[in-house]
Amino acid sequence: MRSHAGSLPAPEFPNPAFVTPVPLAQAKVAIVTSAALHRASDTAFAQNDTSYRSIPREARDLVLGHWSPNFDRAGFTEDLNVVFPIDRLEELATQRVIGSVADRHYSFAGNQPDDLATIIHDSGPAAAAELKADGVDVVLLTPV
Amino acid sequence: MCVLAHIIEAAGIATVALASMRPVAELVGAPRTLHGEFPLGRPLGRPSDPEFQHDVIGRAFALLDATSGPVIESHPVVIEEATDAVSCQMPPAFDGDASPAVSEARGIRKAYDRIVERRGVSSVGRAIDADTVPAAIEALERVAAGTPLKEADLPGKNTVAVCHDVRTYYEEAAVELANGPLGSGRAIENWFFEETEAGKVVLAARKALADEGVPFPFWFYMAPGHR
Repeated sequence: MRSHAGSLPAPEFPNPAFVTPVPLAQAKVAIVTSAALHRASDTAFAQNDTSYRSIPREARDLVLGHWSPNFDRAGFTEDLNVVFPIDRLEELATQRVIGSVADRHYSFAGNQPDDLATIIHDSGPAAAAELKADGVDVVLLTPV
Repeated sequence: MCVLAHIIEAAGIATVALASMRPVAELVGAPRTLHGEFPLGRPLGRPSDPEFQHDVIGRAFALLDATSGPVIESHPVVIEEATDAVSCQMPPAFDGDASPAVSEARGIRKAYDRIVERRGVSSVGRAIDADTVPAAIEALERVAAGTPLKEADLPGKNTVAVCHDVRTYYEEAAVELANGPLGSGRAIENWFFEETEAGKVVLAARKALADEGVPFPFWFYMAPGHR
């Protein structure tokens, strides 16, 4: 997996954006994960699913819906924060290290079709627009 | 994942991406990346270790001070994946009429139920529920013995989804059955595929389907690629 990954084609982003955030102590922070997490009551991820789910801040009934068999899942079963560090963000907000925790977080499925076309042109920008509408200043991305 | 960083940044939101594979992160060049040489599936490094998780997040957020990008740094701690299997206390098989794998699956049900009660949720249910796991194992045994897939009466139908559910049923139960620490990444995967009867059935069924000539995606993703 690791040895294969470096040879994968990567999409190019000419003139990539680089945003200067507000100070962290004032920032609203959200998590975006590619672990295909979803609430048990929400629609499961299909194979090659290019859509996303929103996860309420208070939700802990999260299912790991990723279709790849190639990574460890036991860590998540033991402690969801190893994938989705929501409790750590709550602690940082209490300590005033970050401004606040966003009310909604977002989840994609990491095993995407190779061209990534939908996530680049459709579902990715849609999730980004929701984050913007939520007033999020900083996103922490966690990969699976 | 790093691709999403570019998209979200373009919407005017600062991002910092954790990355498990530095070569991929360097290719994509997300604005700010903290690479952690941690087991795949554990981007925060260590479960049930809030101090370490805070260290990872703190180093990631420190990258927000950069005035231009892309910036990529590596966490100084390397966490190796496990090469051995977690030690689990298996309940004695009690069902003389059932195969070893089916007896085993029934035997760990109480452990599975305990962890579902404790966590309040289970990731079993992609194609079958926990009640159906023994019947699914029986069908996979038929496949392993040479029954064509279309005649094996596999509950849930989708081979990959069913194997996900069987493995998840076992791996969630293993968190309850473990004698001590759960080990690093893959310790429970190693236990499932190398030490349980069900794991051996999954691998045997997968090989039988490959030999049968069913389409590659139907059998290959029933288990990790390196198996």
